[in-house]
Amino acid sequence: MEALGLLMHGFAVLLTWKTLLLMMLGLVLGIFVGVLPGLGGPNGVAILLPLTFTMDPTSAIVMLSCIYWGALFGGAITSILFNIPGEAWSVATTFDGYPMAQQGRAAEALTAAFTSSFIGSLVAVMLITFLAPMISSFALKFGPPEFFAVYLLTFCSFVGLGREAKHKTVISMSLGLLLAGIGMDTVSGQLRMTFGSAELLRGVNFLVAVIGLFGISEILLTMEERLALRGHAAGISLRVVLSVWKDLPKYWVTLFRSSFIGCWLGITPGGAIAASFMGYNLAKRFSKDQDSFGKGRIEGVFAPETAAHASGTAALLPMLALGIPGSGTAAILLGGLMVWGLNPGPLLFVEHKDFVWGLIASMYLGNVVGLVLVLTTVPIFASILRVPFAAVAPMIVVSCAIGAYAIQNAMFDIWLMLGFGVVGYAFKKIGIPLAPFTLALVLGNRAEDAFRLSMIGSGGDMKVFWSNGLVGSITTLAIVLLFWPVIDKAFSSVTRMLRPAKA
Amino acid sequence: MSNTDIEIVVEDPTAPEADSPQVASVRAVDVVVCLLLLALALTLGYDNWRTGAGWESTGPQSGYFPFYLSIILGGASLYGLVAAFLSRKEASEVFVTRAQLRRVMAVLVPTLLFCLAMQFLGLYVASFLLIAGFMRMVGKIALWKSLLTALVFTAVMFVTFDIAFDVIMPKGPLEAALGR
Repeated sequence: MEALGLLMHGFAVLLTWKTLLLMMLGLVLGIFVGVLPGLGGPNGVAILLPLTFTMDPTSAIVMLSCIYWGALFGGAITSILFNIPGEAWSVATTFDGYPMAQQGRAAEALTAAFTSSFIGSLVAVMLITFLAPMISSFALKFGPPEFFAVYLLTFCSFVGLGREAKHKTVISMSLGLLLAGIGMDTVSGQLRMTFGSAELLRGVNFLVAVIGLFGISEILLTMEERLALRGHAAGISLRVVLSVWKDLPKYWVTLFRSSFIGCWLGITPGGAIAASFMGYNLAKRFSKDQDSFGKGRIEGVFAPETAAHASGTAALLPMLALGIPGSGTAAILLGGLMVWGLNPGPLLFVEHKDFVWGLIASMYLGNVVGLVLVLTTVPIFASILRVPFAAVAPMIVVSCAIGAYAIQNAMFDIWLMLGFGVVGYAFKKIGIPLAPFTLALVLGNRAEDAFRLSMIGSGGDMKVFWSNGLVGSITTLAIVLLFWPVIDKAFSSVTRMLRPAKA
Repeated sequence: MSNTDIEIVVEDPTAPEADSPQVASVRAVDVVVCLLLLALALTLGYDNWRTGAGWESTGPQSGYFPFYLSIILGGASLYGLVAAFLSRKEASEVFVTRAQLRRVMAVLVPTLLFCLAMQFLGLYVASFLLIAGFMRMVGKIALWKSLLTALVFTAVMFVTFDIAFDVIMPKGPLEAALGR
């Protein structure tokens, strides 16, 4: 296996004290971010990104991805001990996790959550290890029309498969694409949408927008809530860990099913949130004893956590192989790659072998180290919640400001961040989803370039998107997905008409 | 189910009251946002049309791609406007209550002042003021705790970014006086 050899090489790149130290630091920061209310995976990565600007790309991405793993682990702590999901994808974990804590089985629930997170990620990383090189070598044959078709597919699937109102997804996406176009036009060098402002010349920086949208707006939203909380403290002893692990084989069907759901939903832009609920619901439906769910059943912790982590990890697969992020956090990591001058996409596997395999190896290592770390340090992290939000909020604001300023050393970006904070707050409250916006902003220029290059190549003939079997089927699939709700409705009404006839 | 082992309790002294009157409904805000987006779409669309939204011999002009996006954005916000007007569900939903708005402003206004102060005092001094002030005024935390936390946090940030990682932040008179 070529992949296996390269992976071993990746481990060799990683096994230095400096990298391991950065990994630990990233994990601790990540768990911290996951535990704190008002901060989550995407915000944490966005805010901490500037820390990595001075590192070499491999160390930087290792640290960032460890922040991501840490945040995924951290979300489970608050859901189980405090009944507060630190992340939207931890909501399903509270259903059975919190009742378990109330029954004094918090340690068991936490062990179950961390272990299943670990298993979910591991399955997804293995998928990445073997699938990503294959997809990327296939994608090396892609020309501009194929790439545009893939971008179109991503955007259309957001509109067609998203659970938000369709027009709101369209608003979010077109706004992101428009803002990405501000400034210098990369093909002709012409200025556009700058209205004579020198500040707008640089364009709207993706990371500044993300820090505002996810960091500042999240604080505004958190402040609205009542922030008092009561929760359980828990330490995990080795005995509990071993007893949970001993029972693990009993639940292999649940674990396997959830991993599969997670990987599938992670690759398609459905996200970890949908995966965790689906994992939970399916575990419940297939269980012999459905009524015991929601009353502290350990399977109810295994199922959503495995799915959420598998999906969070699998979201990195399309990012690495095609340059298309499968989630908001992956989009931010992608933004980071571009800051270091790495062009995400299939060429990454050819031109930056060390980097890619170092990253994949760090996913394995980060998860193992993360599991040990969370199991041993849960009491410390749980007590972080004792710090009042009034102390945490201004610190987050300062970190956001540092992050936004550091990217381009521009004061204008600070104001932009603040503006995006207010926009993000309003959007979230009226139900305009932010993930399509993020994705559109980071992919905007590449999508436009791909479109224009294919138009130049074909002399302005739209038929280029159906010029061969590959590009044609991707484009058609994109359009089918765009109108999926309509097609689905038509389909089900047809079957409804047929069914009474049969009966 | 026993609740005897609850060990971590955090109070929120300035929590918003649950029965506070509403300031705006979701529908009202939705309508305003759609109008703003529509205005933005028109402005950007016009600008792109002026830049050139047609075809040249070499392919689409600079404004082509964004021009059609403005049309999509405009169309979607127009649809959103109508949908919001017709939506009974959104009309009954509360966007923000007065107590919530007060709390949101309690973060937003200091953040605004922080950004302003940053231009004159530099980031580190402004951070110190923001953290200490916010903890004292909004969190009602003891003065010495607020000052100490702010000092430690700002110092850690300074050491991390300015000394260890060489990330340059805006600086003011204090840093100049200290020779950094």
